[in-house]
Amino acid sequence: MYKVKVYVTLKKSVIDPHGSAVERQLQSMDYNGVSNVRVGKYIEFFVEKSDRNVEEIVKEVCEKMLVNPVIEDYRYEVEESVNQ
Amino acid sequence: MKFAVIVFPGSDDVDMYRAIKDELGEEAELVRHDAESLEGYDGILLPGGFSYGDYLRAGALARLSNVMKEVVKAAEAGKPVLGVGNGFQILLEAGLLPGAMKKNESLTFICRPEAIKVQNNQTIFTSLYEEGEVITVPIAHESGNYYCDEETLKRLKENNQIVFTYENNPNGSLEGIAGIINEAGNVLGMMPHPERAVDELIGGTDGLKLFRSIVKHWRETTNVTNA
Repeated sequence: MYKVKVYVTLKKSVIDPHGSAVERQLQSMDYNGVSNVRVGKYIEFFVEKSDRNVEEIVKEVCEKMLVNPVIEDYRYEVEESVNQ
Repeated sequence: MKFAVIVFPGSDDVDMYRAIKDELGEEAELVRHDAESLEGYDGILLPGGFSYGDYLRAGALARLSNVMKEVVKAAEAGKPVLGVGNGFQILLEAGLLPGAMKKNESLTFICRPEAIKVQNNQTIFTSLYEEGEVITVPIAHESGNYYCDEETLKRLKENNQIVFTYENNPNGSLEGIAGIINEAGNVLGMMPHPERAVDELIGGTDGLKLFRSIVKHWRETTNVTNA
């Protein structure tokens, strides 16, 4: 069994209204040194071991569903896991 | 003319169905997300709403449902396909139209009548409008902030694919884009809801001409085929 962690973020070139709102609020709380807030998504799931390469499966799942490549980037981590 | 109104879990299909049946007097049937075929329908309508709760991204789960394979086939066959609100989001996610939707700039759900300009009346969806005509059609969305990269925007402009723009951009959409059409000219996506502007009693009838345009085109082309 593998445990997969996927991080989805808006592309750098895409303005993030969610992140901007959080940033403005943080600055109004006097955290003036905080900048470039970007709000993304974290998704985790398990994949059973099989003949197929796990990374191949993860990339497929990301590109077919979890990520919209027009506005989003992603990265992932795969680790072996004995229990869920 | 016989329309299919596609129903996903969470679709607001009733307004669309009622607009076609009662106001237009054409045939409409509700077709479920797990349907195997769209044969026999002359036009495909993807209504608004919150398919699959807008989970993951608006339209992301709906576009992977069974019926969408058939919607893609119908689009490729040249049938008119109209996506409104959530339906537009699904068409974007399915890649039938270019670009993507972000959350509204204000991060709030906006529900109100908006002034929309008809930028292109040379389409099967807008032929009964005047070019530059400003119509009032309600919007009701949280993710209507249209985005595409510069290259795509250039292409949209070159091919005259921007069909509707907002007069007072309510959601931060790039260039105030409210609706776009595909290059082939048979797939239209728009965030404003023309099916909710078909009755004088509730907010005017500016949306009617859009549906009448579709039917007019269908009558004309079907007659040609029969002759």
